[in-house]
Amino acid sequence: MNNLRGIYTIWYRDILRFWHDRIRLVGAIFLPLLFLFVFGSGFGGMMGNVGSGVNFAQFIFPGIIGMTVLMSSFMAGVSVVWDREFGFLKEVLVAPINRASVAMGKTLGAATVAMIQGAIIMLFAPLIGVAFTASTAAAMLPLMFLLAITMGAFGVLLATRIRSMEAFQVVTQMLMFPMVFLSGVFVPLDKAPAWLSTLTKINPATYGITSIRQIALGETSGTTFGVSLFGKTLSLWNNAGILAAIGAVMILLAMWSFRNQE
Amino acid sequence: MGDYIIEVNNLAKKFDDLVAVDHINLQVAPGELFGFLGPNGAGKTTTINILCTLSKPTSGQAIVNGFDVVRQQSQVRQSIGLVFQDPSLDERLSGLQNLRFHAMVYNVPASIREKRIEEVLKIMELWDKRHHDVRTYSGGMKRRLELARGLLHYPKVLFLDEPTIGLDPQTRNRLWEYILELKQREGTTIFLTTHYMDEADKADRIAVMDYGKIVAMDTPERLKRKVGMDVITVKTDDNTKAAAEIETSYQTEVRRDNDELVFAVEHGEKFLPKFIKEFGTKILSVSLRRPSLDDVFLKLTGREIREEEVSDTFKAMVRQRGRHMRR
Ligand SMILES: Nc1ncnc2c1ncn2[C@@H]1O[C@H](COP(=O)(O)OP(=O)(O)OP(=O)(O)O)[C@@H](O)[C@H]1O
Ligand SMILES: [Mg+2]
Repeated sequence: MNNLRGIYTIWYRDILRFWHDRIRLVGAIFLPLLFLFVFGSGFGGMMGNVGSGVNFAQFIFPGIIGMTVLMSSFMAGVSVVWDREFGFLKEVLVAPINRASVAMGKTLGAATVAMIQGAIIMLFAPLIGVAFTASTAAAMLPLMFLLAITMGAFGVLLATRIRSMEAFQVVTQMLMFPMVFLSGVFVPLDKAPAWLSTLTKINPATYGITSIRQIALGETSGTTFGVSLFGKTLSLWNNAGILAAIGAVMILLAMWSFRNQE
Repeated sequence: MGDYIIEVNNLAKKFDDLVAVDHINLQVAPGELFGFLGPNGAGKTTTINILCTLSKPTSGQAIVNGFDVVRQQSQVRQSIGLVFQDPSLDERLSGLQNLRFHAMVYNVPASIREKRIEEVLKIMELWDKRHHDVRTYSGGMKRRLELARGLLHYPKVLFLDEPTIGLDPQTRNRLWEYILELKQREGTTIFLTTHYMDEADKADRIAVMDYGKIVAMDTPERLKRKVGMDVITVKTDDNTKAAAEIETSYQTEVRRDNDELVFAVEHGEKFLPKFIKEFGTKILSVSLRRPSLDDVFLKLTGREIREEEVSDTFKAMVRQRGRHMRR
């Protein structure tokens, strides 16, 4: 009960702050939208089908949604660094709420904001000629959330260990772009050379992007654009399971790290 | 466990090779207003950080409200409230939102939450500003909001780390009324650091810290008595002659300060009438000053607290005393 209250309060504050600065949403969705229009409806036409009758716009769209969620939730950890710099973290750290709940609340706050951004990108589907049914869209949400939680917890974990804003920014950028590019947002992974393929498989984002795409395209077996691990082609459920496992580890690490910081 | 609400045993904190808190011992009784004094960098904030679980001691033990600050952190956090020396507000939220956040994390029951918030905002005269973003507040208003927040839930122990820095005199007075009321009505234990000696005078007991060590701990009255000597300042029409006369008649060291003579005696209130009657040189003016906490502080720490609060005469005296001490 106490822990729930802690999680809720921390989450609530992050949402309040997000709402307060909602104008920043424009900045946050600008990049994904640019990619969407340039690659999806722009150059996409030149590329024809990526495979199995799926055109490039259809292929890239779920990837961009995943990318939006990933970037937003991962970067949200900066608020912990920010709070430390401005002293507010002290107010949180001496409060009678469990520190693990604080880490959880922060992660959920990051994930919520990321979901809002991802959902806004989804609304642009008709504009680039990708059609979704409402039920497909609804089915994508839980996977987007799983990805958001995983990346949000990862960001919080880093923020408990990196004290300066500049260092945090550098580290997250250095991790984020490889994660995005090696997760199959822009290109199918199944045709990647072996060395690259290994990198994509140790990239947690891969399982998020792939599973979101599998739902979006209604191709859940993994035979097209799927990832294979140890010779087995991963189905939607495999991908979601791996993502959930990574997410659980990230959350536990974030909680542990939050508890053990000074 | 004793009858104390705060018990500190041999507590130490090292930062690399700096011993910020050097094996201190202290006890605070429930309901006590405890003044924690010391020059800048003495280790006061570091001590408070340990007591409130923000930082871990290098060695030693501290108990707050019966709970160990290392092993029973959450119980300690339940028991305390804090006003930090450094800013700790969310500047992007409004004053009201800051207080609501605090009320929620401290589990102030929803039924009295809004009423309490209104009360503390009005005490700190921020009610009209409550919907504004904190970043638009003036420095003093931010400080007032921190105080309002510290007073919002009724903790067993309230730590106030230089609560009145940057406050105007009206607000300081109002805050003090409220602090004393809180102590009276709720029996709150208050652990206060301050550089204002008039505030320290309100404390039941005072500890003076210097270079990480506690150099004195007693009631303000007793500390002042220990410093002893009263200070007499006199102006005559022939200071050279007067100085010689004082030195021979009263066997005390006289110091010239501009056109005044300064010397120390015991029991100044009895000394003065006699002095005025007997003295051979014409006296133009004379004044007596009893030892204050400033004297206590300066004598113990040998350093000055705040330039602007200390008169020139007094600074000179300090230098003199400092020399005495070192001899
Ligand atoms: N995190 C830290 N790392 C290294 N040194 C520190 C740290 N925090 C405090 N110190 C050092 O410990 C000493 C005590 O600092 P502290 O903040 O406790 O002083 P204080 O008595 O509160 O002083 P003030 O009256 O200026 O507030 C200082 O020398 C300070 O530089
Ligand atoms: Mg301090």
